[in-house]
Amino acid sequence: MAPTVSIVRYHTPMNYWPLLGVAVVVFGFAVRANPALVVVIAGVVSGLLAGLPIPDLLALIGNKFVASRNLLVLLLTLPTIGLLERAGLREHAQAFIARMRTFTLARLLIAYLAVRQALSMLGLTGIAGHPQTVRPLLAPMAEAAAEKIDADLNAADRDRVKAMCAATDNIGLFFGEDVFIAFGAVLLIQGFYAQNGINLDPRSISLWALPTALAAFAIQSLRALRLQRRLRGKRNSHAAH
Amino acid sequence: MLRIEYVYWLCAALLAACALHDLRARRFAAAAFWGILAAIFLGGDAVAEAAAQANALPAQCVGIGVIVLALIAGSGALRRVPEAAAPAAAARRHESAARLGHQLFVPALLIPFGTLALSLAQPYTPWAPADRGQFTLIALGIACLAAMLAALWLTRSSPRQAVVETSRLLDALSWAALLPMLLAMLGAVFAATGVGEAIAHLVASAIPTQSPTAFLLAFAFGMVAFTVIMGNAFAAFPVMMAGIGLPLLIGEHHAHAAALGALGMLTGYCGTLLTPMAANYNVVPAALLELRDPNGVIRAQWPTALALLAVNFAMLWFFAMP
Repeated sequence: MAPTVSIVRYHTPMNYWPLLGVAVVVFGFAVRANPALVVVIAGVVSGLLAGLPIPDLLALIGNKFVASRNLLVLLLTLPTIGLLERAGLREHAQAFIARMRTFTLARLLIAYLAVRQALSMLGLTGIAGHPQTVRPLLAPMAEAAAEKIDADLNAADRDRVKAMCAATDNIGLFFGEDVFIAFGAVLLIQGFYAQNGINLDPRSISLWALPTALAAFAIQSLRALRLQRRLRGKRNSHAAH
Repeated sequence: MLRIEYVYWLCAALLAACALHDLRARRFAAAAFWGILAAIFLGGDAVAEAAAQANALPAQCVGIGVIVLALIAGSGALRRVPEAAAPAAAARRHESAARLGHQLFVPALLIPFGTLALSLAQPYTPWAPADRGQFTLIALGIACLAAMLAALWLTRSSPRQAVVETSRLLDALSWAALLPMLLAMLGAVFAATGVGEAIAHLVASAIPTQSPTAFLLAFAFGMVAFTVIMGNAFAAFPVMMAGIGLPLLIGEHHAHAAALGALGMLTGYCGTLLTPMAANYNVVPAALLELRDPNGVIRAQWPTALALLAVNFAMLWFFAMP
């Protein structure tokens, strides 16, 4: 999440028409149109309704798109992951977890959450993530741990386990990083207040993020345990039949 | 001195290789899609430089390119028929997994740990740029390159095989790979057209009473709603603070500034967990993990998000208000 820099404003006192761009987004997602197309149409609608000339609108779209290239650097992880998957990385991760008796599904997810959150609190947010760690490592391990509970895991439950891996990564990242004082969000809050004549120490801001960080850890851990209990309950119910 | 552009050029090279691979396989829509993106990554700096010198033409060309990308994505032409899982390939993977064992983890772990080691070495590297965020990306780029070489060596594969595998993963991601950049663009258009102010104005004028609880509720709800719309709590924060936080909560009701700021931002993060607009956290992973439901990650997150929202609101209520 990079801080959004505000740019030149073209609007007159209060023009509500550009809000139709928001309506385009809501409608587009509601009817399940292609999100990439919806987002670009919303931008064009919003810009035109604000009275932005078309050449300026195209330049705005182009400049901002180029400025956000950093969001696609994750592509560089793909060759490694593709090659390793072809050589059996997932199969090995699954076999590894299947052999380890102490690594249950909930323990795996909670351990990952703890490490992810602790690293984020130290400002080391880039070392884990969906392409780097979730797809090649965490997800196959979690699937294997779920298969230890129920050997015939159905497709819906398999998806639920994988989605929980992605959720665990997000929650560890979001509710760890604000505790780190040099993180963008803390500096954004401090900078906003400073512009408005309120001077705060970044440490006093990041301290207030700590209780929520602990609550996030507790809640997500409980949910991992619940998922495990549900899978066990399901197995027991079909074992009884 | 290392520049962030080198990392973008590396991305451009990878995208161009995949585009060529698609061209050879006669998947023309995919070839055009990744080819245009490769060109934008390659020429990105020239575009930014021209824009700084008040020459808008290259940026306008990129703007047209972005619209073409969206049209290709929207046409559905990117969809690739998944190859039937060959039993021979599965057997080969199992055999290779048994032979290579834990060595398979080495290149995979080289990406996070290489990035970490390089980040820690930053103060001692004369060739590193001062900007920490940029350096992390450069470190990630170097670590990925090293990991790729290690994977090629370990699996005795040709670089061509690396392109084939990258193309397979890129097709699984498809347009979702582009969505984070498109949403950043939309955020800028919304900011430039005053969408934020209009929403803050609507929320502030919708508060019926003068009670601090109503203001606090409007602030928290506004943070979540605006984050859901923009996909980014960073965009919501200044708008909600300027509309409600500063004038009403701090100005009139003497709220605790540090607590209001930190907890307000975290309230916005609960919104990030709920929205497809936060594509790099919610939509890209669903594609990457090949979930059948594109909203599967959000479905796995909403109970945690709502529970945390309650926690944040209670903390705002007890600690931020006098």
